[in-house]
Amino acid sequence: MNHFAYVALAGALMASSPLLAAPATKSFNPKISLIMSAQYADYSAGSEAEVAGVALGPETELKPEGMALGEAELVLEANIDQHFHGWSTIALENEDGETVVAVEEAYIDTLAMPAGLALKFGRFLSDIGYHNRQHAHAWDFVDAPLAYRSLLANRYADDGLQVRWLAPTPVLLELGAEVMRGDGFPAGGEARSGIKAWTAFAHLGGDVGNGGAWRLGLGYLDADALDRRSGEEQELGFSGSSTLRLLDAVYKWAPAGDARERNFSFQAGYLQRRESGELSDDPDGADQRSNYTGSQDAYYLQAVYQFMRGWRLGLRYDRLSTDNQLDNPAPDTTLATVANAAGETPRRSSLMLDYSPSEFSRLRLQYNRDASRPGGEKDDQLLLQASFSLGAHPAHQF
Amino acid sequence: MSRSMFLGALLLLALPSAMSNAQAATRVFACEPEWAALAGEIGGDALEIYSATTALQDPHRIQARPSLIAAYRRADLLICTGAELEIGWLPALQRKGNNPRLQPGKPGWLEVSSLIEMLEVPQSLDRAGGDVHPAGNPHIQTDPRHFLVAAQELAARLAQVDPAQADLYRERLEDFQRRWHAAITQWQTRAAPLRGLPVISAHRGFPYLYRWLGLERVATLEARPGIPPSAGHLQTVLEGLKSRPAHMILYAAYQNARPAQWMAEHAGIPAVKLPYTVGGMAGTDDLFGLFEVTLDQLLAAAS
Repeated sequence: MNHFAYVALAGALMASSPLLAAPATKSFNPKISLIMSAQYADYSAGSEAEVAGVALGPETELKPEGMALGEAELVLEANIDQHFHGWSTIALENEDGETVVAVEEAYIDTLAMPAGLALKFGRFLSDIGYHNRQHAHAWDFVDAPLAYRSLLANRYADDGLQVRWLAPTPVLLELGAEVMRGDGFPAGGEARSGIKAWTAFAHLGGDVGNGGAWRLGLGYLDADALDRRSGEEQELGFSGSSTLRLLDAVYKWAPAGDARERNFSFQAGYLQRRESGELSDDPDGADQRSNYTGSQDAYYLQAVYQFMRGWRLGLRYDRLSTDNQLDNPAPDTTLATVANAAGETPRRSSLMLDYSPSEFSRLRLQYNRDASRPGGEKDDQLLLQASFSLGAHPAHQF
Repeated sequence: MSRSMFLGALLLLALPSAMSNAQAATRVFACEPEWAALAGEIGGDALEIYSATTALQDPHRIQARPSLIAAYRRADLLICTGAELEIGWLPALQRKGNNPRLQPGKPGWLEVSSLIEMLEVPQSLDRAGGDVHPAGNPHIQTDPRHFLVAAQELAARLAQVDPAQADLYRERLEDFQRRWHAAITQWQTRAAPLRGLPVISAHRGFPYLYRWLGLERVATLEARPGIPPSAGHLQTVLEGLKSRPAHMILYAAYQNARPAQWMAEHAGIPAVKLPYTVGGMAGTDDLFGLFEVTLDQLLAAAS
């Protein structure tokens, strides 16, 4: 079945659903929405989109050049009963001309635990970072920050259990931890049992001044990898330990807290990844192995300003630095790409303009000045994206 | 940053919460300022009241920001308009606020719209129509009679949530009912000249006010609810006024005044700013002031 058949199917599902025929709050049916995007991309550089000093995880390639239908996501959400809420995101993607159906998220969370506690279980986006938790259609730019793309394969999602505790304080204080299967990058590995990754996070937030709100976040990820695949052809395997520390800050402001006409948001994130173990490069069975100690630091800064109703202008700066030790940086392999990046500082500057006629549609134009490839090769990237949401009203997440 | 430093930082963050565990007053989370004011009438100092929005914010548009999550977590009772007015952020608070006391069906969950007869319930739902509310027009706070229904239910719920002070809530309810009945009678007498007056709405925000005072809406500046009017639509409304004249244009204090002022200039009729909710304009610090100022504004423009 191709994309359009799925879209038609989902459309038929929604049309026949009582959701649109009766008040949503007075029906027991799940909220359904289909999120679609179409895009156009143009890149001045023709080389592979590698990043100096890191082997990129799965699904981190640039958007295809020219016109393309992006991901279509079908979201179903409902309170299951008085105790549980359920959410699922089914993604339909184009991979090498074939449509792939993937369960991106499917989880249950509790609604009525005592003492400010909540549990979540299933497959979900980890809460280690502010940007990690956001769905791609809610991003302020077409692409993820370079820090997330390089070190987390855009975002860390896995199967597991999360526990969160919310303190009874006037200022938001949330502490949480997750235990994970260890399938999602930067963990990864086949046929394993037990807990292969865990996280801890803390969020602090509140209001400031007239119409300002802020949140600080601290995150830690400890992942165990067994032949985790990365690189352009997924030719690089990594076995060992990967830890990530994360610090982020968000500030939003609107005149008197009323964001309809004008508003401003600022976001900054700092990610620090440390890895140690063994790398193996086996593109054609020609196996090259190396002991590996990896150290990668990355940050991003972004500001988005809505200057009139529906119109927003955004700026973003990304930077990465690496210090990796390999005892066998075999030439012409991904091992060499990872090893030979000392002194390189992959970076990118982005400028974004978008227009949202309503809460359900958005048109976006973005320009990236990218210098993240090995050797500092420059790439002028032009991206045009249209996003649409059919169905249920979207949530206004902070 | 070492691992022990990280854990140390977590502990440091956890400290303030350990220090603020003392039990305080019953906490009310109000989605809109009018319900916060009503809770003040019924509970007085026995309640600690938090309003999620101010009169200058559109209650349909705000985000589930950290301070709201923290206030939701601590509340014993929630009072909101409902009818999907808060659909963008209340479900998000429900999932992130980890509060078992605030769940639909529990005494701590009160949606006032479920108590009253809703106007403008749409016959068909299509997002091309703008911000359509499937359960009907949610701007129920412009008819003072709705506060009698809401007050009675709120006092009953407070007595369930906080039985130790049930007598206080009942006494204050009776006192409020007495004063509110008298005020409504007086407002209706004052408002007699407004009956049958044709008016224009900037936004479909006043159907309950119109029904109460007998005002007659002849046009709306917004062609579709929640979507700012186009120049073309304003022109159409202006043309329409030739055959169906109106006395004034009403707009809410939190709204952009420009479309209403443009129409006032071109049609030669006054644009009237209404407080819309508690705190919307000077003199509207409580519910009585809200309707006093609303009537002052309407009568001044009508004379």
